[in-house]
Amino acid sequence: MGVTLPMYLDHAATTPCDPRVVETMMPYFTDIFGNPGSRNHSFGWAAEEAVKKARQQVADIIGADSKEVIFTSGSTESNNIAIKGAANMYAKKPAGETGRGHIISAIHEHKAVLDPCKRLEKEGFDVTYLEPGPDGLITRNMVEGALRDDTILVTIMWANNELGTINEIPEIGELCHSKGVVFHTDATQWVGKMPTNVKTDNIDLLSLSGHKIYGPKGVGALYVRRRKPRIRLTALQEGGGQERGFRSGTLNVTGIVGLGKACELCAQSMDDERERLLELRNMLESMIEKELDVVQVNGHRDKRLANITNISFGFVEGESLMMAIKEIAVSSGSACTSASLEPSYVLKALGVGDDLAHSSLRLSFGRWTTKEQVEYAGNKIIEAVKKLRDLSPLYDMHNEGIDISKIEWAAH
Amino acid sequence: MAYGDKVIDHYENPRNVGTFGTQKEIKESTDIGVGLVGAPECGDVMQLQIKVNDDTGIIEDAKFKCFGCGSAIASSSLATEWLRGKTLDEGLDIKNTEIVEELSLPPVKIHCSVLAEDAIKAAISDYKHKQEA
Ligand SMILES: Cc1ncc(COP(=O)(O)O)c(C=O)c1O
Ligand code: FES
Repeated sequence: MGVTLPMYLDHAATTPCDPRVVETMMPYFTDIFGNPGSRNHSFGWAAEEAVKKARQQVADIIGADSKEVIFTSGSTESNNIAIKGAANMYAKKPAGETGRGHIISAIHEHKAVLDPCKRLEKEGFDVTYLEPGPDGLITRNMVEGALRDDTILVTIMWANNELGTINEIPEIGELCHSKGVVFHTDATQWVGKMPTNVKTDNIDLLSLSGHKIYGPKGVGALYVRRRKPRIRLTALQEGGGQERGFRSGTLNVTGIVGLGKACELCAQSMDDERERLLELRNMLESMIEKELDVVQVNGHRDKRLANITNISFGFVEGESLMMAIKEIAVSSGSACTSASLEPSYVLKALGVGDDLAHSSLRLSFGRWTTKEQVEYAGNKIIEAVKKLRDLSPLYDMHNEGIDISKIEWAAH
Repeated sequence: MAYGDKVIDHYENPRNVGTFGTQKEIKESTDIGVGLVGAPECGDVMQLQIKVNDDTGIIEDAKFKCFGCGSAIASSSLATEWLRGKTLDEGLDIKNTEIVEELSLPPVKIHCSVLAEDAIKAAISDYKHKQEA
């Protein structure tokens, strides 16, 4: 069976909107267009009703109470509200002073967590960035080792966006609760793919995003725990006081309706989908490992989301590899936009050398990814790597047993 | 990165890929010069080998291998084409700017062509060295 090109295997970056989601959203653009904040007419009530339903759908997929769901523009905003909001609320000292409190995060978090943390460092907070081992995992023990008397917030992502690796979130949550420390998790890649229960998983704050789960872009949610303990936040955006005052602004009703529907659909198919994608990923990885030597699957082999794989290919150069598979949309481990290639900081954090980091690919599968597509992509990658290795002087040297790190290059 | 047609052509059908033997065999052949150069900007590596007729001083054959971006592969492939049949002095005259022009390389890819020029110079100098020894 043929496949259509270009082929999209980059679902960790974003997903297409499910047509059922789009269909659910449509009436809210034109017919049910009211402002849910309008309390005195039916247009407002209808919109409010829709938001209420969506809030329940989002709450259901994470095991929350609907009152605990705050709608935002996506995970970046949710992370900012959670991290800055909690730090400022639970600060030990007022703004302008130093020693305002200690925060624990990790060096291979998404920029939408790291940059708010860096901002807080400038504003008088201390941040510890945990470093994972080669498997990429952040464990309860690592967090415990970093806790201090003045620790006020721990923020650790549930699943890593480049690797798919899964951190010990319920365990870290339990630890935080036993110490009275607020716990936030960026669950952008996790929610919708794995069963989640914020109550039993001991989570205080959780970020999720619509466009990673077949919903629309520009909408997401933040879970804010209301009981045991009740989490308070300093609001970043002030105005009309919507969303319990955590996030002022007229609600994005269409987006919210879409997010709710997306959550409902994910909840229905999550278990089957996970099994299906796991099979596809295993197939791809074994194809590649059977045909090629010096390849490495990055991150923990088992504690990984089913839909993501990150593979490094020794002795091929990343940009030429991307060029060889240009009709297959994947992410590369290096941001090679110019001559000065920056290897991915996530792979670096795992101790992957620059050479292997440059030649890594992240493939991420989704709802419409087929076996034929994955086979096609696997064969194409294998063919490309073989071709580039035929061209690679480094691969020859490797095969002749020459230590490449000891070669003296001619002056350049 | 969008590539020009000529880069894509050399990338998809690289000319004169290969070596004249193992590293050891090549070290021992006095009619072969090797240039192995690396680009510090990007960690890319180019290997260029020339086979020279000792009597006429003409480069009879050239082969390359390249660990690098599409432009580096194209630059080295092109260099082997240009070197064949040239004298050593003519080979030394090849300028990276000519490679840039022929392949329509964008500014960020100029260093890839410099790598090829350096590989040519290094291979010729290696050959001359062997002759003197
Ligand atoms: C782990 C993680 N956090 C945050 C984000 C940002 O999410 P959004 O695009 O919804 O702001 C992403 C997606 O790029 C992500 O993968
Ligand atoms: S040789 Fe460095 S990017 Fe082309």
